[in-house]
Amino acid sequence: MSKKADFVKFDKVDKSYDGKVLVVKDLNLDIEEGEFVTMLGPSGSGKTTCLMMLAGFETPTNGEIFLDNNPISNIPPHKRGIGMVFQNYALFPHMTVFENLAFPLKVRKMSQEDIEKKVDKALSMVSLGGFANRMPGQLSGGQQQRVAVARALVFDPAVVLMDEPLGALDKNLRESMQYEIKHIHESIGVTVVYVTHDQGEALTMSNRIAVFNDGKVQQLSSPDKLYEEPVNSFVAEFIGENNTFGGEVSEISNGTCKVKLEKGEIIANPISVKSVGEKTTVSIRPERALINPKDKMDNNQKGKIEEVIYHGDHTRVRLNLLGNSEFILKVPNSSQNLDIKLGNEINIGWNSHDARALDPK
Amino acid sequence: MSSETGKILTTDGIPLEESLKQAEKKNKIKAFLLVAPLLLFLIITYMIPIGDMFSRSIDDKMVTNMLPKTYKAMETWDGKELPPEEVFEAFYLDYKILVKNKTAGKLQTQLNYEKNGFKSVLKKLARKQKKFEEGNYKEQIMKVHKRWRNVEYWRAIKRRAPSYTYSKYLKGVDMYSNEDGKIVQVSEDRRIHRILWIRTVEVAFFVTLFCFLMAYPIAHLLATLPMKYSNLLMICVLLPFWTSLLVRTASWMILLQQQGIVNDFFVWTGLVADDNRPEMMYNKTGTYVAMTQILLPFMVLPLYSVMKTISPSLMRAGKSLGATPAVAFFKVYFPLTIPGIGAGCLLVFILAIGYYITPALVGGASGTLISNQIAYHMKSTLDWSFASAMGLMLLTGVLVIYWIYNKLVGVDNIKLG
Repeated sequence: MSKKADFVKFDKVDKSYDGKVLVVKDLNLDIEEGEFVTMLGPSGSGKTTCLMMLAGFETPTNGEIFLDNNPISNIPPHKRGIGMVFQNYALFPHMTVFENLAFPLKVRKMSQEDIEKKVDKALSMVSLGGFANRMPGQLSGGQQQRVAVARALVFDPAVVLMDEPLGALDKNLRESMQYEIKHIHESIGVTVVYVTHDQGEALTMSNRIAVFNDGKVQQLSSPDKLYEEPVNSFVAEFIGENNTFGGEVSEISNGTCKVKLEKGEIIANPISVKSVGEKTTVSIRPERALINPKDKMDNNQKGKIEEVIYHGDHTRVRLNLLGNSEFILKVPNSSQNLDIKLGNEINIGWNSHDARALDPK
Repeated sequence: MSSETGKILTTDGIPLEESLKQAEKKNKIKAFLLVAPLLLFLIITYMIPIGDMFSRSIDDKMVTNMLPKTYKAMETWDGKELPPEEVFEAFYLDYKILVKNKTAGKLQTQLNYEKNGFKSVLKKLARKQKKFEEGNYKEQIMKVHKRWRNVEYWRAIKRRAPSYTYSKYLKGVDMYSNEDGKIVQVSEDRRIHRILWIRTVEVAFFVTLFCFLMAYPIAHLLATLPMKYSNLLMICVLLPFWTSLLVRTASWMILLQQQGIVNDFFVWTGLVADDNRPEMMYNKTGTYVAMTQILLPFMVLPLYSVMKTISPSLMRAGKSLGATPAVAFFKVYFPLTIPGIGAGCLLVFILAIGYYITPALVGGASGTLISNQIAYHMKSTLDWSFASAMGLMLLTGVLVIYWIYNKLVGVDNIKLG
């Protein structure tokens, strides 16, 4: 069975609630069959709206959404066969766990025998075997979440949508649930569209991440590419930590460019700058800048330590470097005796390849 | 130390329980003093009147007090044959005093309730007893009227002996205890109370039903509309609360009367002919319309408060799981509103079953309820004990409904707000 590359397809979708502001602008997105795609973005970036349009609770103002090549804008939610996990679980409080899971099967008029079999299977999948007769109110948040996941999967939908399903859980539980959902996805191969504003969650779970901002997909790529190679300053800023310098391109030649800052100059990798004189924001990941580098690096600067924060496995150091007093370094906690003390001047080096000259902020 | 006695002691050696009690005592007294005024108020305005109503409804001391000697003498009489001379003598002496005090009329009326035709016999005795001679009263009394020789009349007197009676309650359901002490129904043309009871329950039931049917969509709208519209709608719902009940009822009279606005409108639209205007007031229709409107907020508010707590994502979840909107509504939304439905229905039904002003004003003859009958006996016939008895029957009915509801739905399920 070959997987369809555009199993779910957003085709030039616009959405406006009030006729004045576009919440989603010209959205084009293809999701492969069996893929785990996360829509990541700050609140109000349009990601939940996209999910609701896919689920059928909102209609696109313009454009069309295709599911398995069929346009679905005019199909009501209950006929789409899309499972959904809601932010607050949305378990039916007056039904037992069994009845909750049996609900989608009952409305599909399955036989009692099949229903019991399927519910049992779904419950053991989320390791809640003995909980069939509990009421949702008697379960902990994590257990309710698992029931919600099981209920969204029990009727074998082609696509499952998850709307910030882990938002209400505490940190440890959230992490273990991330792995659990990831494993469930891997074992049954359902297409998952996941919405979150938590980048850690997105990086852990997804095959691909669509970063939303201002109603547009800023970048759609795999987690590692997204982190290593952000295509614009929003993505660089939003995913992971980031040191930035604002400046102007003063020289550009094969593969590198020079960026003139207010104080000093750095050599960078031109990603979205084309010509001399353009304004740009240079982004450097904290772990890519090293203290007293052994290898030769094409950027070498001196910085003054302004703050040292001990984090256990690493130490965060805030420097004043080239006029940027928010420059963050991550120093691994090793036996190496570095001269990290408040007020000291240290040498910092990084490769021009890791200093990405992006669009100006 | 503590392990020996099995009790936990404080460091001072006082048992912990006692120590706790002492520490909490002050708070308990304070708490009691805070609720004491309300408790007192409830006792004075609620418990005492109900107790008084109850004692009034079973009170039957009037005849007993009028004929004290007679009843004393009757204690040994078995009621099978004519009573002995002592009873006649005692009755003569009691009756003489009554005639002298001009209170014999009451006794005549009361005994006539018990046995038809008693009044004339007693009146004749009142006239003749002045000429009675001392001794052998049995002969003298029997000479006045031949009915005194009939043991039935003496039994009728004896039946009134107890100072307590449940006859008013029997009367409330159109029954009475006949000469033989059996409980039987009154003749068919006099059974008015039963009709009123049935009508009261029927009106209360339908008013509750109409309120429910109208309030459910309103409450749903209130719970789902954006704030600025729902506030306005809420004011519309509450507006009747801020208007006097009499004013609201009077406005319905203006609207519903035969030359009223609604009828004018029907005629104007050609729905009915001008000379054939339907009667919408002074009958059950008027009662239904006005009571439904007046009691509507009592249904809307509990429903609204329950619906407000139902997350809209539940309906969405239902739909995303494949349920049509109708199925999602009946399987998911509706069951979650049952606590509100229960509270609203109970509230409206109980209010409706004792409703007075509206049916009195717009009900006419076919639209009056049992409460109007109670008021009639309070104000017009002055039969307060009967009014009390019916009032208590109504109260008992309400309690029974509450009990049934508790058994069926569970009172802890109610959500009033």
